[in-house]
Amino acid sequence: MLLIHCPYCDAARPELEFRYGGEAHVARPADPATVSDEAWAQYLYFRANPRGLHAERWRHIHGCGRFFNALRDTVSDRFVAVYEAGAPRPDAAETKR
Amino acid sequence: MSEARAANPTPPTPAFPDDAEASLQSVGAAARFVLRGETPAARLAGEALGVAAPGRINRAEAAGLRAMLRLGPDEWLLVADGEAPAGLAGSLAQALDGTPHSLVDVSARQVGFVLDGRLAARLISAGCPLDLRDGAFPVGAATRTIFLKAEIVLWRRAAQTWRLEVWRSFAPYLIGHLAEARRGAADL
Ligand SMILES: [Zn+2]
Repeated sequence: MLLIHCPYCDAARPELEFRYGGEAHVARPADPATVSDEAWAQYLYFRANPRGLHAERWRHIHGCGRFFNALRDTVSDRFVAVYEAGAPRPDAAETKR
Repeated sequence: MSEARAANPTPPTPAFPDDAEASLQSVGAAARFVLRGETPAARLAGEALGVAAPGRINRAEAAGLRAMLRLGPDEWLLVADGEAPAGLAGSLAQALDGTPHSLVDVSARQVGFVLDGRLAARLISAGCPLDLRDGAFPVGAATRTIFLKAEIVLWRRAAQTWRLEVWRSFAPYLIGHLAEARRGAADL
């Protein structure tokens, strides 16, 4: 079973306790009424879907309940880094590879 | 629906082959609260409860039949076995007055069991993917996790004694699968 390190529990926990939450760092436009249809569609529906490192949200739903972010390699399924919600994407972890 | 049943329903009785290797007992009626807030709120609730609020996540502290389990960074489960929720709710609300928090009575939402014996950890492992060995899950550790399809709260009270809390409607499911695991572990 895949083990995922929860930054709030600070422990490796079984994948079954987690729920995937989609791409991370997708900011909702501050004033949706002023956003064009194209920009709103971009926000709602378009994601990077990279081959390689992907910053994504996870929720430790059957554990501490918290959302957090992770850098995961979509080729190897390896978790390169996990970090708390609100923290910036850790570039150091990418250059270290 | 009768008022009494809604307020404090009787927990289901475990249908479990009780012996020295493994026993499963219902803890009976208990008062339970979910406290959400920062550390000061937890400390005040702990003082009202007479329990030291656990400082670390996924740890529990107990005093007599009362306990506090830290299930999340800002979430504590308060349990008082054998008590009615009403009295405790009052003293907790009084202690927390003026401190930002949320306090929810979940006494009737879930039921508690004590699983005890040499095979106890093996039976839990039949449905729970957590590492339950001493180094990873020592005495005093407590966490929300899953048992097959049911969410449970698991608390290691002693080396071979485990407290399980499960939402009421999942209790027969949990008991049934523990009993099934017990049959499978008969030769261990
Ligand atoms: Zn967690």
